[in-house]
Amino acid sequence: MDFADTTEEARFRQEARSFLEQHAPALASRAGTEESESDFLSRAKAWQKLKQENGWACLNWPKAFGGRGATPMEMIIWNQEEARYNVPTQPFAIGLGMCGPVVMGFAGDEQRAAYLPKMASGEEIWCQLFSEPAGGSDVANLRTRAVQDGDEWVINGQKIWTSGAQYCDYGILLTRTDPSVPKHQGLTMFIVNMKAPGVEIRPIKQASGKSGFNEVYFTDVRIKDNHRLGAVGDGWKVSIVTLMNERLAVGSASGPDAKEMLALAQTLEVDDRPALENKAVRDRIATWHCEQSGLHFTKLRVQSAMSRGETPGPENSITKIVSANKLQGIGSYGMDLMDMGGILVDQDGQDDSFYGAWLSAPGLRIAGGTDEILRNIIAERVLGLPGDVRVDKSIPFTEVPQGGKG
Amino acid sequence: MNFEFSEEQDLLREQARSFLRDRCDSKAVRTILEGAAPFDEALWKGIVELGWTATTIPEAYGGIGLGHLELCVIAEELGRVLAPTPFSSSVYLATEALLAFGSEAQKQAYLPKLAAGEIIGTVAVAEGTKAPTQRNLATLASGGALSGTKLPVPDGDVADFAIVLAKDSDSASSFYLVDLNGAGVSRSAVSTLDPTRSHADIVFEDAPADLLGTPGAGFEQMEKLFDRAAVLFAWEQVGGAEAALYMARDYAMGRFAFGRPIASFQAIKHKLADMYIAHTLARSNCYYGAWALSTDAPELSVAAATARVSATEAFHECSKENIQTHGGMGFTWEFDCHLYYRRSKLLSLNLGALPRWKDRLVTQLEHSNS
Repeated sequence: MDFADTTEEARFRQEARSFLEQHAPALASRAGTEESESDFLSRAKAWQKLKQENGWACLNWPKAFGGRGATPMEMIIWNQEEARYNVPTQPFAIGLGMCGPVVMGFAGDEQRAAYLPKMASGEEIWCQLFSEPAGGSDVANLRTRAVQDGDEWVINGQKIWTSGAQYCDYGILLTRTDPSVPKHQGLTMFIVNMKAPGVEIRPIKQASGKSGFNEVYFTDVRIKDNHRLGAVGDGWKVSIVTLMNERLAVGSASGPDAKEMLALAQTLEVDDRPALENKAVRDRIATWHCEQSGLHFTKLRVQSAMSRGETPGPENSITKIVSANKLQGIGSYGMDLMDMGGILVDQDGQDDSFYGAWLSAPGLRIAGGTDEILRNIIAERVLGLPGDVRVDKSIPFTEVPQGGKG
Repeated sequence: MNFEFSEEQDLLREQARSFLRDRCDSKAVRTILEGAAPFDEALWKGIVELGWTATTIPEAYGGIGLGHLELCVIAEELGRVLAPTPFSSSVYLATEALLAFGSEAQKQAYLPKLAAGEIIGTVAVAEGTKAPTQRNLATLASGGALSGTKLPVPDGDVADFAIVLAKDSDSASSFYLVDLNGAGVSRSAVSTLDPTRSHADIVFEDAPADLLGTPGAGFEQMEKLFDRAAVLFAWEQVGGAEAALYMARDYAMGRFAFGRPIASFQAIKHKLADMYIAHTLARSNCYYGAWALSTDAPELSVAAATARVSATEAFHECSKENIQTHGGMGFTWEFDCHLYYRRSKLLSLNLGALPRWKDRLVTQLEHSNS
C-alpha cells in the first residue's frame, strides 16, 4: 500500500506540470477582480483552445475527435494538476463530460466530424436539455413534443435547469415523440442549435439570488432528422449514458470543510473561552473531519483501482450525498458560532463563506440527482435491492396521472 | 498510486474467511454466549495453528514477521464473525505493548510464548466508571509491587499476564508487567453487555510487578499503544458493520409485507443506503489507518482516531438499524441481530468511549495544523 505514482504516471504528471507551469498562470482567474461574462468566456475559450492544440483537452477522447486517447488514470492526473491553477474550465464541463460521449456514441459520422472537434477545442459550447417543470427526478415524465414533418422534426415545449444555456451554441435535447406508448418508450434525443429561431432563453433567479440556470422555451423549432441521436423511441437508453456521466461528474461539493471550521473555532468564543475548547464544538468538527477523510480515501481507492486498469467499484456513489449535507451542516454551524452576528453577510456573498455554503447547499442536495434518488441508486445498483413499484410503467403516457403542481 | 491490499494479503483474507466460516459460525458464538466457557478454545487453537498470534512478532522472537496490513486483514475477518477469543487483548494490546516498550529480556521472555499461543496477555487500565486519568488512578506501584483494583479487564479471567497502568506518585504513572497466576492477584469473571467476550475484576495486593518501558511514561505509552490498537479494533468494527449491513439486506429481500419484499420500500432502501454510506466512509478511513500503522507514519495519531471514530459510528449504525430492519424478530434472543449490537457497543467502549476519541482527534488535528 503506497501513495506514490508508478514510473509512467510520474512521467505523465511531470509532462502535465511543465505545460501548466508554462501556460496556466496567464489565463488563471485572479481573486477579487471583476469580470464580465463575455470576458470570462473569451478567457475560458482561449484556455480550452490552447489545451486542445497541445493535446491536453478531452484526454480520454480519441485523437480523431480532438482528444488524446489517454487512460482514465492519466485523465485523473491531469485533473489533479490542472486543479492547482484557478483556470476557467467550468463552461465546458457539461458539453465535454456529458454531451460529447452521447454524440460520439449515437450521432452519424458526418455529425461527429462536424461537432466533436469544435466541442473539444472550446469553439462551440454545449448544454443538456432534459429536465422539465413536470420531469425532475422523474425525467422520463417530460412533455416537450417532437413531431415529424418530412425530413425535419418540429419541437414545442419547455426545459428547465439548463446550465449555461445563454451562451451555449448547441444542446442535446430529450423529447417525446410518441405519447401513446408508456413513458420510457416514447422518447427521442436530438442535437439542437441553441441559436435557431423559436428558441427562447430566460434566466432563473435562484434562492441564493444568483442565476446559473435557465428556462428554455421551444416554439416550432425545426431540427433535421440527421440530427437525431439514436433511433426514434430510444431516447431513454441514450439519456442513461448522459445521466450516469452526470452523477459521476457532479462529484464533491466544494466550500468550507472541517479544517475551516477548526480555524473559525480558534477565532471565536463560547462562554468566554475559545470556541475550539468547547466539547460540543469539538464533537462536530471530529464528525465532519471523519466524513471528509472518508470521502478522500474513498476517492483514492477508486483511483487506485483505475490505476491498475480495473473498473472502479460503486464506492464513489456516496460522494455527493455526504459532501452536500456536510456543507449544509458546516455552513449552518459556522454561523451559529458567530451567535447574533451570524446573520451578517459580506456584500459580495462569497460562496466559500459559511453563509455561502449554507445557502448553496440546498441546491447541491438536488442538482444532478437528489439525495433521495441517489439513495435509491445505492440501494438498487450497489446493494441489489428491488426497484420501486412503478404505477406508470406499462400504461400509455397520455393516461399517466399528472398532478397540478409544476 | 496503490492504495489497496496486495494479492498475497487478499489470499490471506480468503483463507481467513473460509477458516472462520467453518470454525466460527453463529452456533459457535452462541455456545460462548450461553455457556460457562470464557472463550472458544477450539477456535483459539486453530487461530494459533494458523500463526495469526505470531503475525507481527519478528522471527527472532519466534514470530513470522509479517506486517500490520496482514493483521488488519485478519482483524476484519474476526470482526465479521464476532469471534469469541482473546485475540484483541493478547495480540492488538499485549503483544503490541511488548513490541513497542519491552526490554530485550521482556521480549525474549514473552514474545515467543505469545507467538506460539502458549500464553495469553492483556492490558489493564480501567478502574470502574471513571476514565483512567492521573487524578483518578487508584492502583498504586511501590517497591516493585502493585496494589489496587482493575475493572473491567478484557480477558482478565483467562490471561496469564497483564500490562497494568499504575500510579507511581501524584504526578507520574507507569506500565507494569504482572504475572496473573502469581502471588497477590485474585480475579473473578464479571458480567458485561457482551457475554461472548470475557472480562474480569482483578484485585492486586502487593503483586510483584516489572516496569514496562519508561518510568513515568504510563499515559504517554497508553496513548501510543491505543493509537495502534485503535486501527486494529476499527478493522474488527468494519468487519462487523459489513456483516450487519448484509444481514439486514438479505432479510429485507426475503421478508414480504403488503404483498412485496420490504426491500422495495424506500423507507428500508434509504436506511440500507445510509448504512452502506457509513460503512464505506469507515472502511476508507480504515485503509488510511492501516497504511499509517504499517508504515509508522507521523500521521498515525490522526489516522487512528479518524478510523476509530468512523468505524465506531458505522458499526453502531449498522447494528442498530439491522435490528430495526428485522422488526420484531430482530429483538428476539434467537436472531443474531443482538450479537452484533452487543459487540458494537463492547468494541466502542473497550478502548475508551467515542466522546474521548473525538476529542483526541481534534487535539491531533490542532497539532497537525499548527
